[in-house]
Amino acid sequence: MSDATRAPEGGWTPSARELERRRVRRRQRTRSLLVASTAVVVVLGGLAAVVLTSPGWPRFQETFLDLDAAKESFPAIRDGFWLNVKLFMICEVFILVLGLLVALARSSRTPLLTPLRLLAVVYVDLFRGVPTILLVLMLGFGMPALRLQGLPTSGFFWAGVALVLSYGAYVGEVFRAGIDSVHPSQVASAEALALSRAQTMRHVVVPQAVRRVAPPLLNDFISLQKDTALVSVVAVFESVFAARDYAAYNFNYTSYVVVSLFFIALTIPLARFTDWLGRRALRRERAGAR
Amino acid sequence: MTDLAKTPGQDPVAPLLEVEGVRKAYGDRVVLDDVWLTVQPHDVICLIGSSGSGKSTLLRCLDLLEPIDDGVIRFRGREISDPLVDPREVRRHIGMVFQAYNLFPHLSVLDNCTLAPRRVHGLGRAEAEDRARDLLTTFGLEEHIDKHPDRLSGGQQQRVALVRALCTRPSLLLLDEITAALDPELVGEVLTIVRRLAEEGTTMVLATHEMGFAREVATAVCFLHQGRILERGTPEQIFTEPREERTRTFLRRVL
Repeated sequence: MSDATRAPEGGWTPSARELERRRVRRRQRTRSLLVASTAVVVVLGGLAAVVLTSPGWPRFQETFLDLDAAKESFPAIRDGFWLNVKLFMICEVFILVLGLLVALARSSRTPLLTPLRLLAVVYVDLFRGVPTILLVLMLGFGMPALRLQGLPTSGFFWAGVALVLSYGAYVGEVFRAGIDSVHPSQVASAEALALSRAQTMRHVVVPQAVRRVAPPLLNDFISLQKDTALVSVVAVFESVFAARDYAAYNFNYTSYVVVSLFFIALTIPLARFTDWLGRRALRRERAGAR
Repeated sequence: MTDLAKTPGQDPVAPLLEVEGVRKAYGDRVVLDDVWLTVQPHDVICLIGSSGSGKSTLLRCLDLLEPIDDGVIRFRGREISDPLVDPREVRRHIGMVFQAYNLFPHLSVLDNCTLAPRRVHGLGRAEAEDRARDLLTTFGLEEHIDKHPDRLSGGQQQRVALVRALCTRPSLLLLDEITAALDPELVGEVLTIVRRLAEEGTTMVLATHEMGFAREVATAVCFLHQGRILERGTPEQIFTEPREERTRTFLRRVL
């Protein structure tokens, strides 16, 4: 066979056919780029034209995009937003701890821990079912009203507790899904090394589970960042409360847009980080698998 | 059949597949270097060679799963390495089976086998299921039709994967080391099917480590070394009097 034996050649120069193919591919790429750009300009330009020429646009601009109102409402919203950030940062830590504990309790098999397991199940069922705003109202107004000795009476504190309880149930389920997703063979090989069940969890299962659920966890935290706005219902003077205050006095809703921008500025970096983390995890797990 | 392999140049039938000077590189690493191969209808071409010699990459390039860096691949007389060719149109006529089975775990055996016939080839559910049932029964899988792949042994899964590829009635079958992941005792049941397909005249290109099997079913054996087809010949010739020293070294190691 002539096709089997060819003298090895040192350097390689692309054949005429390959060069032609490259030209075709380049043309295809140029064409897709052109189509994409045209589509973007036509669709987005068209949408902008429709909005800007609509009869309601000037009134909308006055009510929602008033620069003076934005300037006026800005300082109070900025100060209030610091409260949102603080609430988010503190709650996040407690939610992670609570969530992991709940997940561990639910996956425990020790007979002695059965009551804890039952408690965890009831907790998750109850607190995932109750709307978060209801929890904030109940705890934020209710707990101070009880006048319990030694417990704080601030709405801020109890609203924070409400958020922790609500999100703890969600995050607990996310952790549990992660723990369940670790393959049984991992547990078997840990047990084969004579690790105890607790050690298996601590050193083998949970580390893998946490890595796997990081993206959905961050998703929940983006949601938490927004839900810190709920504490405004118990008269905590955070950013949404400040914006509502301004809107109610001035009959102008620009302050709502301002506070939205604050939240967006906070959530977008975290959302991008989540995406990046997910992609990186995928690249690692799929490395070499084609 | 062996006559076909001896005189492919003079065969009156047009070749099914022609590979001319194909090159494939990942960065600086050249995986396929000036590969030439002709496959006539009813050929069973066995690719042998140590791991990393480019067998799998060649098969993946033939199915257009990997773009090539140079050369031409022609299937049924038409150049399929042309960027303007729709790869899906080509793959409709080529079946591929992988080393790791790659069955869809969320679908039953029957649904695995009817997915492409129904969604790609436009068969009705009844017709697709009849075809799949027939093939599954022929290959001794009738009791597993409604099970999910994870319930089956490796050998059974690989047989299902073969049936899945056959259900679209491909004119060329590419088999990528389909017994490499199986226990020795399960290899036989898969090879029996391939042997049968070879006897029925199915055109196949397969990468394999099973030298005895290659010797038995192949119409031609190609020895790959460092991304090149170093030697091609009939099984008798390759296994008894290889021309190349490297082929001899390789066969001494594996036989």
